[in-house]
Amino acid sequence: MLRQLRPVLLNGIALVATFAIVYLLMRVGIIDSFYQDTIALVCINIVLAVSLNLIVGFTGQFSLGHAGFMALGAYTTALVTLHFPTIWGMLGGIVLGALVAAAIGLLIGLPTLRLRGDYLAIATLGMAEIIRVLMQNFTFTGGASGLFPSRYLNWTWMFILTAGSVVLIANYIRSRAGRESIAVRENEIAAESIGVNTTKAKTLAFVVGAFFGGVAGGMYGSYFYWIVPKTFSFMMSFNILVIVVLGGLGSISGSVIAAILLGVVNVLLADPNLVPIRMILYSLILIILMVFRPQGLMGDKELSIRLFRSILPKRRRPPDEEPVPAGEGRLEPAEVTS
Amino acid sequence: MEVFQQLINGLSLGSIYALIALGYTMVYGIIQLINFAHGDVLMVGAYVGWFSMTALHMNMFAALATAMAACAVLGVVIERVAYKPLRNSTRIAALITAIGVSLFLEYVMMYFVGANPKAYPDLTGFMAGSFTIHGVIIKNIQLVIIGISVLLMIILQLIVQRTRVGKAMRAVSQDADAARLMGINVDNTISVTFAIGSALAGAAGVMWGLYYVSINPLMGLMPGLKAFVAAVFGGIGLIPGALLGAYAVGFIETIAKGVGLSTYSDAVVFLVLILILIIKPAGLLGKNTKEKV
Repeated sequence: MLRQLRPVLLNGIALVATFAIVYLLMRVGIIDSFYQDTIALVCINIVLAVSLNLIVGFTGQFSLGHAGFMALGAYTTALVTLHFPTIWGMLGGIVLGALVAAAIGLLIGLPTLRLRGDYLAIATLGMAEIIRVLMQNFTFTGGASGLFPSRYLNWTWMFILTAGSVVLIANYIRSRAGRESIAVRENEIAAESIGVNTTKAKTLAFVVGAFFGGVAGGMYGSYFYWIVPKTFSFMMSFNILVIVVLGGLGSISGSVIAAILLGVVNVLLADPNLVPIRMILYSLILIILMVFRPQGLMGDKELSIRLFRSILPKRRRPPDEEPVPAGEGRLEPAEVTS
Repeated sequence: MEVFQQLINGLSLGSIYALIALGYTMVYGIIQLINFAHGDVLMVGAYVGWFSMTALHMNMFAALATAMAACAVLGVVIERVAYKPLRNSTRIAALITAIGVSLFLEYVMMYFVGANPKAYPDLTGFMAGSFTIHGVIIKNIQLVIIGISVLLMIILQLIVQRTRVGKAMRAVSQDADAARLMGINVDNTISVTFAIGSALAGAAGVMWGLYYVSINPLMGLMPGLKAFVAAVFGGIGLIPGALLGAYAVGFIETIAKGVGLSTYSDAVVFLVLILILIIKPAGLLGKNTKEKV
């Protein structure tokens, strides 16, 4: 019992400590508004990347439309906040926005998820572009000039939403449905032949991913209190995919680390001397990283104490034993599903 | 008459898309890579053409040839430096590299020429003219664009079907390993494919500049995406599919603009694409391959 509880406690302590340290630094004023914006962007990117990783990395469905779900979440949250300008309005808006994104995800996913590989990618990309063009043309979404909701998202709620999303997605992956997703990724035919309803597994993962994409969009709209359709172009979908691949397909901690690293790189490149060449440097970093480490920073492994132990010399375990991916090597699948 | 007007507009737009889509589909056919930097090769071609015309005072055809040559070299360099090391890794990693190359080309160009749009020189003489048949205005430049595109497509078809290198390209796209066993130099064949595809994109870039006048470092994104859609539309990897798809996208776009859905035209293109994919999951001409265990 204690052995099972220990990682949960450790994770909990780490989360609370992170929250408290950043909170204190903000109160003291060491983290100024520039760094606060960076932290907000990192949090939003974490939710986006982890939710896309569920679709691309764990279920193996190549989606290029995450910006569309983000846009749905952002616009719904903005519209609700404009009508109910309170923090509860914002939270309700985020939930509603996530539900809208999930509903559209279901609507799009059902017919398109039978497409394979690049065809699915282009269909989802098309969906996101359609959403963007609609937002640009509707009057209630403010057209090209967008919407201006107030900012209600503070650090506390940002942290709760980010950590909550990551924990929920991680638990989804460890659940029966998540295992089915991984089975579909590994081999769709084999999964089907052992009784996995592959259509259901793919659609469910897609809808859950869309839901949290919507959450991230809501966070974005509320924190940056200005949303325009241009933000949600296909370049946004690419940026999210870049974080997922850099972190490692099928690694939640990889996505989190990559999102944080990207935030750090952003701060480092914010130097005024570097502004003209920052995108050149960014693209070079991207190409070099992919050429030399195509599996991403973490591969499909998770960051855990076990992983560190396996890297350190003088271990008792034989060297070829790898930590169990995705399950973080703490729980056996049988224990999770029971 | 309105219909014929849209038809001629769609034909010239579709011709430009076709040249871009051919490069996309050839590269996809041979190494299964979505070369997202292809649109930016078009942008570089447009700038080379602009530079040749304004600074070097070349005529249009010389500028077109210069741009095609420059883009062919660029395409081979991109393939050798960025894509070749990734040939055995996952396709998503290769795709991310392609996005990196795309950003690199865009922002290097922006660094050198600035973010502001540049204008192509005014058309002169025959090019600037237009004539009217039963109320349908046909600009001479449109005819030139359609003519050059069709000429390039015929040359491409001859290269692919009638030459040794074309035979090698077809062999590699069917099965790279078997082609290697038959003594085909796979690496060189892939480079030639990139060179031809990029040269076509360069030509498309110059014609885009001549037709729409204004060029900027981010201009490649939308035509690149549309051409990719066109390639998927017809069945990616298939040369006739790319042509069919490109003209279809050109027509859909101009028709959507013609019936007053100008601001929705991109959405209409994507909607039609999604519907086609739902009905024919491998594109219009693509064959559905049964998955074997």
